[in-house]
Amino acid sequence: MSEYKKPLPVPDPVTKPFWDSLKAHAAQIQYSPAADRYVFYPRNVCPYTGSRDLQWRPISGRGVIHAFTINYIGRNPGGGFSDVPYAVVLVELEEGARMMGNLVDVEPNPAKIKVGQPVELVYDDVTDEITLPRFRIKGG
Amino acid sequence: MAHALSGACAIVGVAESDEIGIVPNKSHLQLHAEAAENALAEAGLTTRDVDGIFTAGIQTTEIAEYLGIVPTYTDNTAIGGCSFVIHVGHAVAAIAQGLCSVALITHGESGRSRVGMPGRAPSGGRTLRGQFEEPFGLPMPVGAYAMACTRHMYQYGTTKEQLAEIAVATRKWAQLNPKAMMRDPITIEDVLKSRPIAYPLNLLDCCLVTDAGGAIVVTSLERARDLKQRPVRVLGFGESHDHTMISQMPDLTAGPGRISGQRAFEMAGVSRDDIDLAMIYDSFTYTVLLSLEDLGFCQKGEGGAFVSGQRTAPGGDFPMNTNGGGLSYTHSGMYGVFTVIEATRQLRHDYQDQGIRQVPDAKLAVAHGTGGVLSATGTVILARD
Repeated sequence: MSEYKKPLPVPDPVTKPFWDSLKAHAAQIQYSPAADRYVFYPRNVCPYTGSRDLQWRPISGRGVIHAFTINYIGRNPGGGFSDVPYAVVLVELEEGARMMGNLVDVEPNPAKIKVGQPVELVYDDVTDEITLPRFRIKGG
Repeated sequence: MAHALSGACAIVGVAESDEIGIVPNKSHLQLHAEAAENALAEAGLTTRDVDGIFTAGIQTTEIAEYLGIVPTYTDNTAIGGCSFVIHVGHAVAAIAQGLCSVALITHGESGRSRVGMPGRAPSGGRTLRGQFEEPFGLPMPVGAYAMACTRHMYQYGTTKEQLAEIAVATRKWAQLNPKAMMRDPITIEDVLKSRPIAYPLNLLDCCLVTDAGGAIVVTSLERARDLKQRPVRVLGFGESHDHTMISQMPDLTAGPGRISGQRAFEMAGVSRDDIDLAMIYDSFTYTVLLSLEDLGFCQKGEGGAFVSGQRTAPGGDFPMNTNGGGLSYTHSGMYGVFTVIEATRQLRHDYQDQGIRQVPDAKLAVAHGTGGVLSATGTVILARD
């Protein structure tokens, strides 16, 4: 496998279960019973209630495009993103939380990408240790 | 009943660094120092009078050391370009409580030439942004603003043409400012045809990248009336923030300006209709549109219609960004100080011999800064004394 040159996440103790779940191709995020809401990114105190009780639960992988952009220029933190243009999406998961990722399997063209389109999570094993979340437009 | 802090203090000096724009022979500290000394000099004060120091981007200890200031009040609130607007309110509170008597708010950034500035490295994967945004190559900061803009377009039908109106109107003000970097007229079509940066934003939707310093001096109203310039009273101020990463912004179409703006107006005891000119941080055209809505100058979702027909241009009925803004005058990286500098000059009628550059009979202004990725805001309401 050729070396992956783009920035990689470095899991920390509280985010590690999320990154491990992606590696296992069975994504999980936290759920707060006190808030009856899902929480993302992972942390140790519920941002809605202040409760310490946060539980890991599987997610469906389904969501909708909440917002997106298409990067046309090469400059951004980390380098390695010379393969412009590409789409970055903010997905509102079915469970309510929002997750950033890239759109795959679609031309990075605003005529082809719309806020509100349904998407599903795909797992991108970029290295032996890290799997990144990407999204594919459903029915596309 | 008037708020205790309303009008208690005034801005007595404002200035840029000796040069702004492309300044490859000066470090950021030199830009800070020039602006500071220029602002103090126009007030009739010197660095020896300063006992409160406020900055962002560097530590207050650095600029205080550089200038030989030993303060009794030090504020290093650093949450993006709005920090310097927030510092005005903090200075008022400190002075009113007797914690300092002369506040110097100083900014200097070699944003373009990077002289003396730290390098811009990625966060290295360990931070939250490094885990949850950087792996996806969101170009920063433009990509974050662009992303939020698509949500506004989806929810409210805002168009690229409406955003372009802001750029076109602001450029008209820049044509009246000899210090502005970009002074050639532009059309809406020019904006739409300019180089795509991050959809839906094109080059002319984005602020400049320049080198500049700016400074503001604040003191009590009583002392202000003894100094060289006509005082500009701080009638109200507010601040807030609701996220740091764009993926965590609770509502991509509405930000903390709703809080900072409302608090500033309530403290000032004035209405939106009373405002004669608005200085609205214009990192991107979308920033302005969102801010106008959040500040209550129009309803949420109606920003596009509000700016249409060149309403904010010279001669229009809502003078805005009368210096040419971050879009056309200067943008060193953290632009907020310049919103207050220009509002002050307009309220003093400094441009009264310069035709339509002077907002006629300007008495009340709002200066509103946005920092981070729409993350943090500071709002001040200023009044001619």
